[in-house]
Amino acid sequence: MLLDKNETKNIAALARIGVNEEEIEKYRKELSSILDYFKKLDELDTDKTEPIGHITGMKNIYREDQARNFGDLGKKDILCNAPKVKDGYIKVKSVL
Amino acid sequence: MIKELHQKLVNGETTSVKLTEEYFDRIKKDDESIGAYLTLTEDLALRQADLIDKKIKQGEKIDLIAGIPGAIKDNICVAGTRTTAASKILDNYIAPYNATVAERLLKEGAVFLGKTNMDEFACGSSTEKSAYRPTKNPLDPERVPGGSSGGSAAAIAADLAVWSLGSDTGGSIRQPAAYTGTVGLKPTYGRVSRYGLLAMASSLDQIGPIVKTVEDAAIVLSRIAGEDSMDATSARSGGKFYEDYLNGNLAGAKIGVPREYVGEELDSEVKMVFEQSLKKFEKAGAEIREVNIPLTPYALAVYYILMTSELSSNLARFDGIKYGLSIDDEQRSADNSGTLLEIYLDSRRYGFGEEIKRRIILGTYALSAGYYDAYYKKAQKVRRMLREDFEKVFNEKDGVDFIFSPTTPEPAFKFGEKSKDPLAMYLADIYTVSANLVGVPAISFPIGMVKREGKDLPLGGQLMGKWFDEENLLNAAYAFEQLE
Repeated sequence: MLLDKNETKNIAALARIGVNEEEIEKYRKELSSILDYFKKLDELDTDKTEPIGHITGMKNIYREDQARNFGDLGKKDILCNAPKVKDGYIKVKSVL
Repeated sequence: MIKELHQKLVNGETTSVKLTEEYFDRIKKDDESIGAYLTLTEDLALRQADLIDKKIKQGEKIDLIAGIPGAIKDNICVAGTRTTAASKILDNYIAPYNATVAERLLKEGAVFLGKTNMDEFACGSSTEKSAYRPTKNPLDPERVPGGSSGGSAAAIAADLAVWSLGSDTGGSIRQPAAYTGTVGLKPTYGRVSRYGLLAMASSLDQIGPIVKTVEDAAIVLSRIAGEDSMDATSARSGGKFYEDYLNGNLAGAKIGVPREYVGEELDSEVKMVFEQSLKKFEKAGAEIREVNIPLTPYALAVYYILMTSELSSNLARFDGIKYGLSIDDEQRSADNSGTLLEIYLDSRRYGFGEEIKRRIILGTYALSAGYYDAYYKKAQKVRRMLREDFEKVFNEKDGVDFIFSPTTPEPAFKFGEKSKDPLAMYLADIYTVSANLVGVPAISFPIGMVKREGKDLPLGGQLMGKWFDEENLLNAAYAFEQLE
């Protein structure tokens, strides 16, 4: 199975990864061979099987939904990693 | 090794500062050619070592790991320390907090020498996919140390750390341990908190030790294991000290060898070493049995669907906005000011390496509308069936206690040997992925040597145990080790 070029382009866009024509061609071929390998699972009848959730069977664990205050120092440590900061906030381009 | 060094510290034969300085001297001499470390944390290490030395002087009781220098894989956060996961997208990232495992080790007084190299975001089996440099196998510099925890394994093999932490999503602790003649343990899913581990595939990831001996693995595990409110999937451990369970007694233990793992296609020399190791286990009093895990041939496909799906979701956070590399309009011409979308596209395009992008795109495809049922959901169903295979082998009447196989189908391969074909590289994980898929603990330890081009290379054996049965799993590996 060879992936369609537009489909590959669309998936890259959904994944938010910039690609050029050459890369699309490369991903198309590589992904197609791996997807062919995945087809192996079609040999198995899974109609009566439920998909598994937590692998060790653990059930819901609850805790209070409380914000942890990292203090001014913690805030500084966190914001020092942000590419752009203004007035103590992370600066983002306008969305609209 | 840890116990002997602990004795020396307590007896005053050496000090933690001296010991730590010895390791830094060796790292500075040898690591340029090996490349086990990405970042050294000398100030932090010497501060911690000095603190422990003062405690010893004052006659305070110290933990076994206190004052003992070790290495941390670079996808585990250490506060105030550069943490890159060997990716350019996190080139300048300084972790603002400690991972739970780091916090626990620091609390016990462990000394951190630095952060070790790995395949980018733990995606690879050779450490060739590090965005910085490949790590060389200290036993043969033409060969890979395995991956993704290749830096941690190489650091142990070259004696550039006493203990180390790796992470294992499909074999990333056990395969490099096998390739470097060291011991690597992947605990049961949930045994160790993942808080502060840069997530690769959250339902598969576990942190564990790579060390020289089984006893050291037990000692490190005891210090990092246990429930953590910051990781809802972490389980209670009851504060066990796993090193106290090592008695070397294997009498009556039942070890299963899956027929599917040691078929015709297995290399004859590897098979010979493996069969000798079965005899050894018998000598230690264990009973060897053939068992069936019929779904084994499907495990790798299940693994690659789930891992890439979870990876694509986990790595969505790297968008050039909150932290990490950001390709924004400062790098553009004035008339080409970037939009928000363009920042995403470019930051991820130039920040991530080829293998990461390939896997993110694959995972995005597997999760996308129209394909979700055929790939992701199907894989989660087969995963349940595989777990049922394991439950039968372990839990049915007269089931086995352990499952034993080679860790890898071959010893360490050469640089470049598998990098052209992603699928060939993925096959290096064939024996290891099942433990992650079904959640059981698994340990790799040296079982012998095979010759490749005139060089003796170590082979690893892998024991898988029952869910949350680390004490018996470690003891079985310990019993084997004692026979050598």
